[in-house]
Amino acid sequence: MKVIKIDKAKWNDGLEALNGSYSLFGPVKQNECYEFKKLDKDEQLDLSGLNTRMSAKGLIYPHTEAMFTYTLDEGEENHHIMQPADKDYSPRAVIGIRPCDADAFLLVQRNFDTPDYKDPYWIQAYEATTFVGLACNNPCRSCFCTSAGSGPFHEAGLDVLVVDAGDYFLAKAITEKGEALLKVTGWDNELDSDTAEKEIAALKNDAEAKISSTILTDNLKEMPITAVYDAPFWEDVAFACINCGTCTYVCPTCWCFDIQDEVHGTSGTRMRNWDSCMFPLFTLHGSGHNPRGEKVQRVRQRFMHKLKYYVDKYGDGIQCVGCGRCVRACPVNIDIRKVCDLMNNYDEATCAAQ
Amino acid sequence: MVGYIDKIKEISERLLKDGKVDMVIGFRKGTMPMMNEPHRVKSADDVKNLVWDSNCGINLANYLTDRKEKIGIVAKGCDSRNIVTHIIENKIDRDQLYIIGVPCKGMIDSHKITNAVSGEIVDVVESNGEVTVKGDGFEETFNKADVLQKNCAVCIHRNPVIYDELVTDLVEEQADVDRYEDVREIEAMSTEEKHNFFDDLLAPCIRCYACRNACPLCYCPTCFVDESRPQWVGKGDDPVDIKTFHFLRAYHCAGRCTDCGSCERACPVGINMRLLTKKLEMDCLNLYGWEAGLTLDNRPPLDTYKPDDPEEFIK
Repeated sequence: MKVIKIDKAKWNDGLEALNGSYSLFGPVKQNECYEFKKLDKDEQLDLSGLNTRMSAKGLIYPHTEAMFTYTLDEGEENHHIMQPADKDYSPRAVIGIRPCDADAFLLVQRNFDTPDYKDPYWIQAYEATTFVGLACNNPCRSCFCTSAGSGPFHEAGLDVLVVDAGDYFLAKAITEKGEALLKVTGWDNELDSDTAEKEIAALKNDAEAKISSTILTDNLKEMPITAVYDAPFWEDVAFACINCGTCTYVCPTCWCFDIQDEVHGTSGTRMRNWDSCMFPLFTLHGSGHNPRGEKVQRVRQRFMHKLKYYVDKYGDGIQCVGCGRCVRACPVNIDIRKVCDLMNNYDEATCAAQ
Repeated sequence: MVGYIDKIKEISERLLKDGKVDMVIGFRKGTMPMMNEPHRVKSADDVKNLVWDSNCGINLANYLTDRKEKIGIVAKGCDSRNIVTHIIENKIDRDQLYIIGVPCKGMIDSHKITNAVSGEIVDVVESNGEVTVKGDGFEETFNKADVLQKNCAVCIHRNPVIYDELVTDLVEEQADVDRYEDVREIEAMSTEEKHNFFDDLLAPCIRCYACRNACPLCYCPTCFVDESRPQWVGKGDDPVDIKTFHFLRAYHCAGRCTDCGSCERACPVGINMRLLTKKLEMDCLNLYGWEAGLTLDNRPPLDTYKPDDPEEFIK
């Protein structure tokens, strides 16, 4: 695919050129942290942060999303009939998303876009979006993407990969969608692709070498579910957990939601909100019974889902891209890397003998 | 404070060996700079995993709620006050506890340090009242007094109020601290300014409930925001629902809050919701001369009635 060299002085010109054709989203600094935000016309994104505090998940799958609206006023047309909520699926571009976050959408896609079930909101928002990723030259110490199936220069899920090469950027088109976006920018200094790929590969090697944190996942698939489910370490893992939703909300691959109706007077909205398997209400039955009524069951569920059930169901790795957000954000420092080690190293026979 | 750990380990080992307790609740070393993990040790062999330093800000009283075992618990001033509150509110029995009192000199505010340096922090070392922060290409030293959690900076109950054994001599309590400067600043605002201030304060909230769940006071079997039959509060990102949660939670803590700072510390998006409980804490002090968790002999003012309760504020 073609690679374009972008003089840093021309970076903003290209983004401005996108304005007519795309709504732009990108990281901006807010209260000492970087967050994704829809950019106002003259607003500039800030690529100086390591990674955003919240993942890019909410750009496609908002924390709260209206699905339908309705009226109970019998004087109104279509009363008591759900109407699709107003949506804007016009083209948008996310600039400066990190490769792990873009890769995460491919994992999440397995939930929202299946042969049997098509989630119209997620799919339309995803398809309307072009992802322009920024390769990580300096990954965080708590990033473990390379051993979680992703990487600082990982291309899967991206339409364009932008690499900061010092005085200039290199923009590599990965999909046709990405190529189309690059055309609109007006950046036109196309390089010989072999030379450019070599330059990118060298930077990639440097970046990957800086990843200091890794996990091992090689035993997870073969391990019997019941063995690891009944492993003795869960009580210890769960002890500190306060059962807040932080890990699940900052996670780019957690996809669970809860549907709610909110009525004001005679008009109402049916919405969906992020939900969290850490909350007791998540599994509370109408009967009052809760199959995951204890904290340890909920903590185990989160890790078993990411590191075992998902692995077994899809067969190509864990439901985690190694962005490290849950590790950094957990109020009590529960660390998925440690839990993954416990699970991966678990030997039922040895433990039973003890 | 770094030197306390030997004594904590010694006491814990003795308690476990003698069978006086089933577990000791303390901290183990975290995997991130300036983070330790609440941890329970069940055998004398595992006592070696315990740590103590200025990154033990999470309130361990939160881990006692409704437990049935005999428990040794490491308690700094605020933890001990919440243990008192727990005992008064029947969430734990005094006889179940062996309280290892830790006279505290304050906990480090990791957000403050993170924001004060440019670059990712790799290592933080604490010694002699100084905190040295290292990262790629930088090393910076702070006076610990300048990087304390906000509540620790104005704390006047650093010593445990209830304990079975102390790990060291009591420390001098801070005097002449202005505990309510931030509350007065808000009180001085106009109604509209207050409205805007609280809008901005709570705007980043993601409703993860880390503040509530880190709070030893928030032990309701079902929190009002989780009630579904009937449902009291909307679950979405409507600012009114978010404010309802924070304001109501604060009121539920009135007269019980010890200003331990766990809520603010736990917040993944850096909200100082402690300002809300602090105002109520101040009101309880001014109206009733009450500070939570100082004595087992009196119940909090808002769950008792006295004919001579002051009532100027409801006239």
